[in-house]
Amino acid sequence: MNRLQVDLPGLTLKNPIIPASGCFGFGQEYAKLYDLSKLGAIMIKATTLETRKGNPTPRVAETSSGMLNAIGLQNPGLAHVMEYELPWLEQYDVPIIANVAGTETADYVAVAEKISTAPNVKALELNISCPNVKCGGIQFGTDAKTASELTAAVKAVSNVPVYVKLSPNVTNIGEIAKAVEAGGADGLTMINTLIGMRLNPITGKPVIANGTGGLSGPAVKPVAIRMVYDVSQQVKIPIIGMGGITNAEDVIDFLSAGASAVAVGTANFVDPFVCPNIIDALPHKLDELACEKLTDIMGRSHR
Amino acid sequence: MIKQERMKVVRHKQIADDIFELTLIGQLSLEMKQPGQFVHIRVSDSFEPLLRRPISICSIDPEHMEFTMLYRAGGRGTKILSLKQPGDEVDVLGPLGNGFPVEEAETGETALLVGGGIGVPPLYELSKQLNAKGVRTIHVLGFQSINNVFYEKQFSELGDTYIVTADGSYGSKGFVTDLLAQLNPEFNVFYSCGPIPMLKALEQAFPDKKGFLSFEERMGCGIGACYACVCETTDAVAKDYLKICSDGPVFPRGVVAL
Repeated sequence: MNRLQVDLPGLTLKNPIIPASGCFGFGQEYAKLYDLSKLGAIMIKATTLETRKGNPTPRVAETSSGMLNAIGLQNPGLAHVMEYELPWLEQYDVPIIANVAGTETADYVAVAEKISTAPNVKALELNISCPNVKCGGIQFGTDAKTASELTAAVKAVSNVPVYVKLSPNVTNIGEIAKAVEAGGADGLTMINTLIGMRLNPITGKPVIANGTGGLSGPAVKPVAIRMVYDVSQQVKIPIIGMGGITNAEDVIDFLSAGASAVAVGTANFVDPFVCPNIIDALPHKLDELACEKLTDIMGRSHR
Repeated sequence: MIKQERMKVVRHKQIADDIFELTLIGQLSLEMKQPGQFVHIRVSDSFEPLLRRPISICSIDPEHMEFTMLYRAGGRGTKILSLKQPGDEVDVLGPLGNGFPVEEAETGETALLVGGGIGVPPLYELSKQLNAKGVRTIHVLGFQSINNVFYEKQFSELGDTYIVTADGSYGSKGFVTDLLAQLNPEFNVFYSCGPIPMLKALEQAFPDKKGFLSFEERMGCGIGACYACVCETTDAVAKDYLKICSDGPVFPRGVVAL
């Protein structure tokens, strides 16, 4: 019996550890360090219809136990991802969750329709929450009606289950979660980064060229836990939780709060081996908690 | 190949204003081959500060399984690093990036090495390797003031070495390009690391020479996955952005838009 196995719509995960989109490129860099087949799944970098150049530099700034980023969805575009990145990933026994981004509904639909035909893409992650682009990101995720309609439009063309990535930068995240569930979402991923800013103490100007950036890292974990805790009680679809996960204890926290799997983001930069290290540590953590399998932990905060 | 290792501090001392010389021992140093590569250091086991610090490799000593870095303790992370004592361990990821191509200088040729401030250290291993293959080296090193000057003696042992300071408190006064205009050196290839205005001035000063420039930028992962440390290229059609950490940090002249 695999104590770490988790089953989600479209995804049978040998463990619940998934590198988060935007923090893992298309896997090639980390493949030089360890066997990607070890991972539960991989959320590849956001893919848009056309090549996207991204924002000017500086694109990152360190904050207290966190970092701000404004990469701006730089990616080589759908055709390149279909032709090179996804086929290259086929050598690994790992399901791919393709993060789909766009400027307007038609873009999202076009990317989703095509990318969901790739044999190793087992689910889509609909990116309606990127805070770092002028159009085609967060504005889709902050209005319940828009979010629901986009979800429905993508669901209609996708060959695989659709997970919607929620923004924490809203007044009521539960409302958006219920709206995308009503729109047909198979699951949620949450949370994306929190909009933040850091100023240069000498000049008084923002450090990041974009002005604002998305805050991630251990600093955001309490916010993410609260949101997973709240939303998991308001929807029936599963949640892949993320936000400041750095070790096995953090994973247990997210599963306890109501997540069914987790994504690890910024911690990959701190320690590139963090994902395999967490996977190795999880059985010991289960032993400590006198639990047979990970699924026993899920949602225990609500019981 | 890239490795992660907790390496032990062998020697650590301050050698100029805010400049520290740190020697680490461990298997990872055996992976280091090319001058101009860098390591990504975690200065604390806590998440404060969170990110690793990219620091260039100054000198490699595979015989003793050691390597040396020179860094400026200017920010929060490097100040914490500066407190490490011999016997302490440091989490090192490396070697990272593509360094200076030693093979671009032929035996018997002359290489001009131009460094500015904390851009000087990676030129030291480069000069050692160039000299080892019989390439003559000329070093032109720029600093803010006399208190910031380091490694003059070490470079002098490898070739002609000229120091320039912005305030004129040591060596010539001005910028490296001012001194180069006076010296008008004969050389075949130049290698440089330092502030962007210096790199730009060099490209303009020697329009017909083969040259290689090393860049720096704020980094996230250090291995090419996060797309934080990109730079714009001069050929927008070929590729809009290159990653400094994994495509660089060293690029042939003319590739990066300055």
